[in-house]
Amino acid sequence: MWQQCHWIPSVSRPSAARGRVMLTFMASDSEEEVCDERTSLMSAESPTPHSCQEGRRGPEDGEGATQWGNQDSEEDCEEDPDPYACSGTPGRPPGLEEELTLKYGAKHVIMLFVPVTLCMVVVVATIKSVRFYTEKNGQLIYTPFTEDTPSVGQRLLNSVLNTLIMISVIVVMTIFLVVLYKYRCYKFIHGWLIMSSLMLLFLFTYIYLGEVLKTYNVAMDYPTLFLTVWNFGAVGMVCIHWKGPLALQQAYLIMISALMALVFIKYLPEWSAWVILGAISVYDLVAVLCPKGPLRMLVETAQERNEPIFPALIYSSAMVWTVGMAKLDPSSQGALQLPYAPEMEDSYDSFGEPSHPEVLEPTLPGYPGEELEEEEERGVKLGLGDFIFYSVLVGKAAATGSGDWNTTLACFVAILIGLCLTLLLLAVFKKALPALPISITFGLIFYFSTDNLVRPFMDTTGCSCRVSTL
Amino acid sequence: MTAAVFFGCTFIAFGPALALYIFTIASDPLRVIFLIAGKASEGLKSINPDDTVPSMRLLAYVSGLGFGIMSGVFSFVNTLSDSLGPGTVGIHGDSPQFFLNSAFMTLVVVLLHVFWGVVFFDGCEKKKWYIILIVFLTHLLVSAQTFLSPHYGINLLSAYIIMVLMGIWAFFVAGGSCRSLKLCLLCQDKDFLLFNQRSR
Repeated sequence: MWQQCHWIPSVSRPSAARGRVMLTFMASDSEEEVCDERTSLMSAESPTPHSCQEGRRGPEDGEGATQWGNQDSEEDCEEDPDPYACSGTPGRPPGLEEELTLKYGAKHVIMLFVPVTLCMVVVVATIKSVRFYTEKNGQLIYTPFTEDTPSVGQRLLNSVLNTLIMISVIVVMTIFLVVLYKYRCYKFIHGWLIMSSLMLLFLFTYIYLGEVLKTYNVAMDYPTLFLTVWNFGAVGMVCIHWKGPLALQQAYLIMISALMALVFIKYLPEWSAWVILGAISVYDLVAVLCPKGPLRMLVETAQERNEPIFPALIYSSAMVWTVGMAKLDPSSQGALQLPYAPEMEDSYDSFGEPSHPEVLEPTLPGYPGEELEEEEERGVKLGLGDFIFYSVLVGKAAATGSGDWNTTLACFVAILIGLCLTLLLLAVFKKALPALPISITFGLIFYFSTDNLVRPFMDTTGCSCRVSTL
Repeated sequence: MTAAVFFGCTFIAFGPALALYIFTIASDPLRVIFLIAGKASEGLKSINPDDTVPSMRLLAYVSGLGFGIMSGVFSFVNTLSDSLGPGTVGIHGDSPQFFLNSAFMTLVVVLLHVFWGVVFFDGCEKKKWYIILIVFLTHLLVSAQTFLSPHYGINLLSAYIIMVLMGIWAFFVAGGSCRSLKLCLLCQDKDFLLFNQRSR
């Protein structure tokens, strides 16, 4: 049975490699996945300029097949003004490389724990306080079958069908995106991406703000509201799509992931949500690891074209130092770094071309040598789709866990453990990996076992000292 | 039930754990990973010599703290969330100090887990099985005591005595001595001061 659907423009999932989000204005409803290809995890290094290849090739090329030093060294850096600093230190032994990788891998694990935790905290806090997101108010067009059926079998069947529809929509959109990318329809992708960010930053923020104000019974007049939303949205667009302080860009990405996750939590029916979470981790695994998987093809195409990672919908944990962007005097002490969010390909011309590949060596106090400074720029990137689905899992646990906090906390810890393991695998394999499967599997296991085993146990053993509530 | 009760109980129960986390763990990402995942990877042990290799004792401490925090949170967070809502404590004749007692009990459980972790790892390493047995029995004892719940006095008091004894034992197991304690308290411990200077 088809439920009433809400008209919201769909947001497709952006590509993993360079990640532009495609916004499809479907006539029907849409909380399309802004997470599509985004659900993969890779090291932060984009392909470095070719002439700076020798020696050190750490976990720089996280995407797809890393070619270890096979690229032409004849190619000049000038023709390829890559914004990332070249970090060649020839002669470094590979064993030291591994150790440093693991050591800094730990640091980057923590750098990802914080934003993932923040996103989940925002989602859980909203779910627990704002009633709007737990009210059932229709379903998306992608999950047309209702779950208000008399029998359990029918409900299960409906949720599986909903999942099939949702996943096939995702697959179709991903393939569409790969095709667009292969045929270099950058303007189209670019435009789609901008439309989707506009939608998230303005419309969904407006709705969210309205609901929060309603919950706390705070009155706000329309002029103030529009001024607030306008400022928030405009700064967000600038930060995400152009230049801005890294921390601000990260904050905006976290916020839009949280908003998207809240929409999913509201509009996905119960059982469908859990089945979709399971199915999407399987899809993620297949799409990123199989040789003919769409995400892997996307990553490899980007690799071949030597294009930088798409900035707008991947969360990046590290600063990126540019060649030619921050002209530093290597001899000055305590040189200032301008951390900025990497911009998109078509605005490279604005930077001009460096006359020669400059290796930035800011002398930060306290570091033993230049090698460590170059290590610092290596971050890890996590797709926004991963943020979204992690938050959906924890949010659903918070929404349906019968008011119980233990379930929510258990899922939260499970996701962090999964993320940790995934990052460990990333440090070992050094190529793009799906970030969803391990975390979501742990999360699902912990959710169902805590909700069905731990909670009744704790309720029973604790009931003798329960506080009486009026 | 007021916000004061909520915040007060939260800080009583989790304050020391939070302080331990901030001062000893948050500065080193590896330790945070051990805290959450609770296990060491062999590969990490062979890492660069110029950084402090996480030793077994550190691992024991961190994993003990991790277990303690999880246990404390799981047992107390539902009570805390109830304390924010409306209600009357002990309207059916139970003790009106329910929240406070629960908070102190949670605190003692958190600290006990830290000490148990240190002692347990030491027992495993030195293969002294009686240590493991003692840890297990005291754990059972403290948990079983909570069934005395309306009689908070005995429950809390014995739990705290066990905690202090365990703390002293863990201190000596971890390599402390009366002398080093005295030096530390009088701020004369040169190694400690130097270490702090270096890590800044």
